[in-house]
Amino acid sequence: MAELSHRESAIELEDVRKEFAVRVKAGRLRRERKRVQAVDGISFTIERGSIVGYLGPNGAGKSTTVKMLTGILVPSGGRIRVAGLDPSRQRVELARRIGVVFGQRVQLWWDLPLRDSFELLRHMYRIPLDRYRANLERFSDVLSLGPFLDTPVRQLSLGQRMRGELTASLLHDPEIVFLDEPTIGLDIVAKAAVREFLAEMNRERGVTVLLTTHDLADIERLCSRLIVVDHGHVIWDGGLDELKRRYGQERVLVVDLEESGPALEVPGARVIKIDGPRQWLAFRRDETSAAELTAAVAAQARILDLAIEETEIEEIVRGIYAAG
Amino acid sequence: MGEARSLLRIYVLLVGARARAQLEYRASAVLQLVGTTLIAMLDLAAILILFDNVPRLGDWSVAEVALLYGIASISFGFADLLVGHLDLFPEMIRDGTFDGILTRPLPSLFQVVASDFSLRRVGKALQGVAVLIVALTQLDIDWTLGRVLALPLAVVCGVVIYAGVWIALATIAFWIVDAIEFVNAFTYGGNFLSQYPLTIFGRWLRGLVIFVIPLGFVAYFPALYVLDRPDELGLPEALRYVSPLVAVAVALVAHLVWTNAVRHYRSAGG
Amino acid sequence: MRIGLRLDWELARRGYRRYAAYPGATAAGLFTNVFFGLLTAYILLAVYDERVEVGGYDVKDALAYAWLAQALMTIVASFGPSWSELALRVRSGDISTDLRRPVDLQRSLASQDVGRAVYQAVFRAAPQFVFGALVFDVTIPADVGRWLLFAVSVCLALAVSFAVRFLVNLGAFWLLDYRGTMILALVVSHMLSGLIIPLTFFPGALAEIVRTLPFAAMLQAPIDLYVGEPLGGSAALVLGLQAAWAIVLVLAGRAVLRAGTRKLVIQGG
Repeated sequence: MAELSHRESAIELEDVRKEFAVRVKAGRLRRERKRVQAVDGISFTIERGSIVGYLGPNGAGKSTTVKMLTGILVPSGGRIRVAGLDPSRQRVELARRIGVVFGQRVQLWWDLPLRDSFELLRHMYRIPLDRYRANLERFSDVLSLGPFLDTPVRQLSLGQRMRGELTASLLHDPEIVFLDEPTIGLDIVAKAAVREFLAEMNRERGVTVLLTTHDLADIERLCSRLIVVDHGHVIWDGGLDELKRRYGQERVLVVDLEESGPALEVPGARVIKIDGPRQWLAFRRDETSAAELTAAVAAQARILDLAIEETEIEEIVRGIYAAG
Repeated sequence: MGEARSLLRIYVLLVGARARAQLEYRASAVLQLVGTTLIAMLDLAAILILFDNVPRLGDWSVAEVALLYGIASISFGFADLLVGHLDLFPEMIRDGTFDGILTRPLPSLFQVVASDFSLRRVGKALQGVAVLIVALTQLDIDWTLGRVLALPLAVVCGVVIYAGVWIALATIAFWIVDAIEFVNAFTYGGNFLSQYPLTIFGRWLRGLVIFVIPLGFVAYFPALYVLDRPDELGLPEALRYVSPLVAVAVALVAHLVWTNAVRHYRSAGG
Repeated sequence: MRIGLRLDWELARRGYRRYAAYPGATAAGLFTNVFFGLLTAYILLAVYDERVEVGGYDVKDALAYAWLAQALMTIVASFGPSWSELALRVRSGDISTDLRRPVDLQRSLASQDVGRAVYQAVFRAAPQFVFGALVFDVTIPADVGRWLLFAVSVCLALAVSFAVRFLVNLGAFWLLDYRGTMILALVVSHMLSGLIIPLTFFPGALAEIVRTLPFAAMLQAPIDLYVGEPLGGSAALVLGLQAAWAIVLVLAGRAVLRAGTRKLVIQGG
């Protein structure tokens, strides 16, 4: 069991850089060496007990950062401290204090019953028996593992498997868990269960969570703070509300008109897509409201149905980057 | 010491789980074991057919070659059992399993080695035991305590040498993604050549398997000792007794090569 | 039939490109071939230290065998994914998609196999044999006719090998444990094709018998023609046997595929 220190921060990055040498085809036979800056000066500090969302488009440097934090990759420059340790030099010691869950990959033993996987982890992490039993009982309870504890992992549904992976990552009472797309592919009910569980664990045990996700609802429910990266550096580090206020100005009004026609011309909005009688109108929240817009459209054509789309996090990120 | 014991315990648990999963389909497991035993006997069949045509090979009789074959097969069978799954190591890197290994609190080599344990591979060792026993009955050996102990010792050292070579060469997967077949030349090829007296191979090849990739110490030198054969190659007699040292050296080199390869992987990226 | 040939060509190209995409693997495989060729060559040299002629081969013939066996084994795919890929598609049910297409499955797989064989002939078999011929004193036929017969025989060997692989894969329709069957098939075919040891070395009558089997047609037959020691002293006999086996096994393959398809349909595949 790791000694609790009196550090304040769980994760510290200071001007971290990561460079890869990539061989790219240049012509028929030759290969050129190119240097790619996957991470180009990232700095942030995460306090113990917080749940932070980590976002960015694919290729932004997200997974590279997480790999450096968990000890998989060694940075090209800068300073990293996780749980007070240097991941590149103290990989094994750090591994005892962290938990990792990959949404797309199975870490549990494929053909063993879930319970057996947990037993193996108990020995791997040297979890004291009473602590192990208490944790297992608690997690089984909250995540309803009971019915499938003895089922081989390969026979579990995605939702059941994810619940198993989450349990596996927390059995040894880590200080920090790194979650990479934990709710991907899950149905609404399962997603909610996962989010509730994480919130509960954070509240109950003060586990620090770094959550990499594309799911806006994950972030809304769990994260007080959001770090957004693009092209290898941090482009936003702050609260979600503030982010939406500053950049999430655009919404989309989707109207189903009675019949197909040319793009509607309405002040304060622009048509971004037409599909038969359906049109997508983008508008800025601070310029007009959905109600005003609807009235304006109704004045021009008959509306059969309408819906409002929130701005996707991808849009926000792109917006931030465009704003420089 | 406590660390080593703890690792051993975890190893037993990990491979035990794999073994149990394999034994779940009892009939299939038996069938696979029979299958590998048969395949292993192909090399034996080749040797027997050769000796059907000639009385000696490199001035070794069929029983003497069978001794080589037996020792090499038992060693290789167990090495294959322990680390044979390294043939699929590139897959572990490609699908991210190795990254997952780096997030666990155990040495990476340990986890890779403990990741599988294919019971069926021991078929080669089984037929090796049978051949060895038959060979010993046919040979006129001047048994001393040393010679009796030399056989199991040769097998143990043989396992370490084969496994060490396998591990060291498998690290090529960190550098060149699809070239893993290169390893086969020295693992399966290494076993193939260990079945024959080194005297028949060209000078450069002998030098390679004695001084560089020391596969010659698996069966040839121990056999020289057990058979009390004069060495036709003019090599120092001491070489007959140094298999344990060679095994330790191979283990150290393999560990070094692995550590270096992982360091490169962690710096160069996925 | 022009469309048919066009498709054959495209599929052959695909089969070629699939292997051309992994030069690292080709290089590694080539190295391994050469290494095993060396070991076999040395072993045979030791044999010929004792005798001048074995099974009709002299030492130069035997060395030619060592290098040809390694070379041809890549062309006729003695190992490789083609022993199980189709079976895996049968097991997973993906075969239904293949069967629904308006393309003859056996023919399309054969075209791809030809593409593969061409790539491996050029980039593995040829360089490896050239190396062996340079380092060792192997038989090199002076007679162009023998080279021609050899070339024809290699093509027929590929045909027989394909037909055998196709048939073995189809076993997956009926067998629960395909893996075990595949291993058994590999064992038998390796031993009886002459990959492990020349079939001519087999004792007495056994040698004659195994050389008439389809496995011998996959590897031993072209080698025999190359060194000029065909079964029964007749090149025509060898080529005839190869052709006969190719035809019989291809037709058998089609019949077995029909039976398998019927089974699939009945099961609601």
